[in-house]
Amino acid sequence: MQMRTIEIVVGAFMLAGLISLAVLAVRVSGFNVGAETNTYSVYAKFENIGGLVVRSKVSIAGVVVGQVADIDLDQKTFTALVRLEINGDINQISTDSNAAILTEGLLGGKFIGLTVGAEDQYLRDGSYISDTQSAIVLEDMIGKFLMKQF
Amino acid sequence: MLASLRNLGQYGIDLLTVLGRAGSIWWLAIWRRPRLANAPLVIRQIYQLGVLSVVITVLSGFSIGAVLALQGYNQLVKYGSESALGLGVALVLVMEIGPVVSGLLFAGRAGSAVTAEIGLMKATEQLSSMEMIGVDPLQRIVAPRLWAGFISMPILALMFSVVGIWGSSLVGVNWLGVYEGAFWSAMQEGVDFRSHVLKGIIKSVVFGLVVTWIAVYQGYEATPTSEGIATATTRTVVYSSVAVLVLDFFLTLVMFNF
Repeated sequence: MQMRTIEIVVGAFMLAGLISLAVLAVRVSGFNVGAETNTYSVYAKFENIGGLVVRSKVSIAGVVVGQVADIDLDQKTFTALVRLEINGDINQISTDSNAAILTEGLLGGKFIGLTVGAEDQYLRDGSYISDTQSAIVLEDMIGKFLMKQF
Repeated sequence: MLASLRNLGQYGIDLLTVLGRAGSIWWLAIWRRPRLANAPLVIRQIYQLGVLSVVITVLSGFSIGAVLALQGYNQLVKYGSESALGLGVALVLVMEIGPVVSGLLFAGRAGSAVTAEIGLMKATEQLSSMEMIGVDPLQRIVAPRLWAGFISMPILALMFSVVGIWGSSLVGVNWLGVYEGAFWSAMQEGVDFRSHVLKGIIKSVVFGLVVTWIAVYQGYEATPTSEGIATATTRTVVYSSVAVLVLDFFLTLVMFNF
């Protein structure tokens, strides 16, 4: 075969590789560049985070507004200290908002649901959410239920 | 007793020799002086190794994606979580099956051809004639093939994964009736570019390197008879398939933090 034809075919092959990479990046992994630059961090303490993991969603009214950036143990109170990264354009969340760890579906992953309060002051970078609600642990619930029975 | 000990020592020395020769081929062909003048040779080899393997790769990718969707759906639907089908298929394809199966296909389709070609060149004394007229066969014959394998393999693996995911969406969404939005959004949420896709690409690069390396070495060191070439070709396919599978285990162990 002619060298020129081979070059063209190889070029098409390389292009197909690049397109595949783009498809994997955009369509499959939902890769978005530079989205993490414009965020601010808010902290919340929970008694029990259940199955919450880093990169879990943070949502308000079901709309994703950020993600869990970090999970640490507070050594003084032995509660979980969770750092939330909230998108910069969601900047009017009042300080008395409630953060609850919720479950997607019956057996799905955990996420944090924020319920916005009525205060005039808004959460800023580094502020704490004091009103929190821990994950519901199925075993605890079953235990309580059984205790009520007897 | 003494004889078996001697045999063991001989075996060890032989193994070291093989490793040393394979390493020196690698070193002399690629790292000494990569030349831009050899680019047309590399392009021709990318055509031979890569482009000609596209059809088999795409076909296998499509059927594997389709079959994963079928089997996955049957299991997931029992728990009512068939919307996780896209996520499962995409993760499996991108991290494991894409690089591994396309590596195996590459070993069978391209590796064997490389070994046979170089082995025949050796048997017909083309390699020694090249040396005679002052052309380094490592530069002229071996290096372009190593580069071509190195470049083609990740592209083939990427194509495999993409076509596989497409096949699984055809079966899952269009045929079995998984809700399309859930299929793609669960996939996009669960698959991470850096921690899944990139690691799959690294795997395929390593496989491409190892498969062509084994193929080139087997061809270059083949006994210059028709029987020797036959043995060398068989060895290429066997060794590189085993190498791909074993390396996959260790790469997974290292990269995915177990």
